[in-house]
Amino acid sequence: MSATSSKDKPMTATTFTEGLWKENPVFVMLLGLCPALAVSNTAVNALAMGVASTFVLLGSSLLISLLRNLIPKQVRIASYIIIIATFVTAVDYIIHALSLELYNALGAFIQLIVVNCAILGRAEAYASKHKVGHALVNGFGMGLGFTLALVLVGGVREILGFGTLFGVSLFGAQFQPWAVFILPPGGFFVLSFWLVVFAAVRRNRERKEAAHGA
Amino acid sequence: MSEMSTPSAATPPAMPSPLRLITTLGLIAMLSGFTIVLIYQVTLEPIARNHREALERAVFEVLPGAVSRANFTVIDQELIRLSDEELAAADLFAGFDEDGNLIGVALEAASRGYAGEIRVLFGYAPDREKIIGFTVLQSSETPGLGDKIETDPRFLANFEALDVRLDETGEALANPIQPVPEGAKTQPWEIDGITGATVSAVAVARALRESTETWVPLIFAHQDELAEESE
Repeated sequence: MSATSSKDKPMTATTFTEGLWKENPVFVMLLGLCPALAVSNTAVNALAMGVASTFVLLGSSLLISLLRNLIPKQVRIASYIIIIATFVTAVDYIIHALSLELYNALGAFIQLIVVNCAILGRAEAYASKHKVGHALVNGFGMGLGFTLALVLVGGVREILGFGTLFGVSLFGAQFQPWAVFILPPGGFFVLSFWLVVFAAVRRNRERKEAAHGA
Repeated sequence: MSEMSTPSAATPPAMPSPLRLITTLGLIAMLSGFTIVLIYQVTLEPIARNHREALERAVFEVLPGAVSRANFTVIDQELIRLSDEELAAADLFAGFDEDGNLIGVALEAASRGYAGEIRVLFGYAPDREKIIGFTVLQSSETPGLGDKIETDPRFLANFEALDVRLDETGEALANPIQPVPEGAKTQPWEIDGITGATVSAVAVARALRESTETWVPLIFAHQDELAEESE
């Protein structure tokens, strides 16, 4: 392998920011759509799910990066899933022990993190091939990107479906909420709206870059 | 192994022996098992304590004005006083004010909601024959819709003075608790529902109706006995 292997590359801003924008797990890679649709009916739920997922992403990235040279690649996926599931179970117990209130607010969603393919995707595509520092920074960026995406979807759904944002009323009492946006179909509408926005912005930027390059 | 991090190399790396694969997976699974058991053991006590404290708080929440509490269980229609520690085994909790007067009795009720079981605690005041407080102990109702049974002030207002009078025989409610659509409440024993969360609101009403039909006649008959139990 050449000397400039990806794991020897110095840490750059991209290691962190690619998860936020260029490779945003939800809007660009279309990963983790199940929680992005299921738990995004209010901004607060979306934020809580994003934070919990980020936490698991950090923990599993750390462990998988540490163990990357010990796991034969034939059994890597099974190993990653065990590690992620262990971490999620641990988080579940710890939150339960720390605060019952927080647990009641998140309880139904925490177990869902196991099946978030954005986390398995990170393990496979990044943490298993990079040093611990890189894996942590990249995982954190991806987690933030996931949180950002969920809050964007959840914010719009909450504004249209409840007339509130983070529980704060925006339009006053005469506002007639659009209940469909709280229900599952609303999740699909809002997600596709954001996908269009992101795709349009990305295309615009690429066109500009191409024009500059020419 | 570090040289294998890009599997696109011309020759595929040699297949590790099956034993190596089994050992790795076995070790990871074992470690995972140990970790989970360890965390389970460590968190067992705090989790139980959290639940106990939440239940204690809930008892005082549904009995406004209560400052002390006594736990009871019921065997063959007779009330048995339990110690303070036997919270989990209790069927009902009597709450007393500073002067030792009986404020009311906190009772659990449960039924199936839209997404799993809903468990609630409510306060019953035998002297006024009303439900005077209500809180949700456990629910997994849809966030933003069904969970309004915990947060919607208009819905919670149902339980400030919900009529559960007994009929002349003293063995059944004069008017069983009835759920009605949002805004249609006209009688003090009706529960004003929540639009968009009908199933959850009806489930709460059903839990309360079943629980009150069983417990209210019994508690009403024993209220003097309960009133003497204050310390």
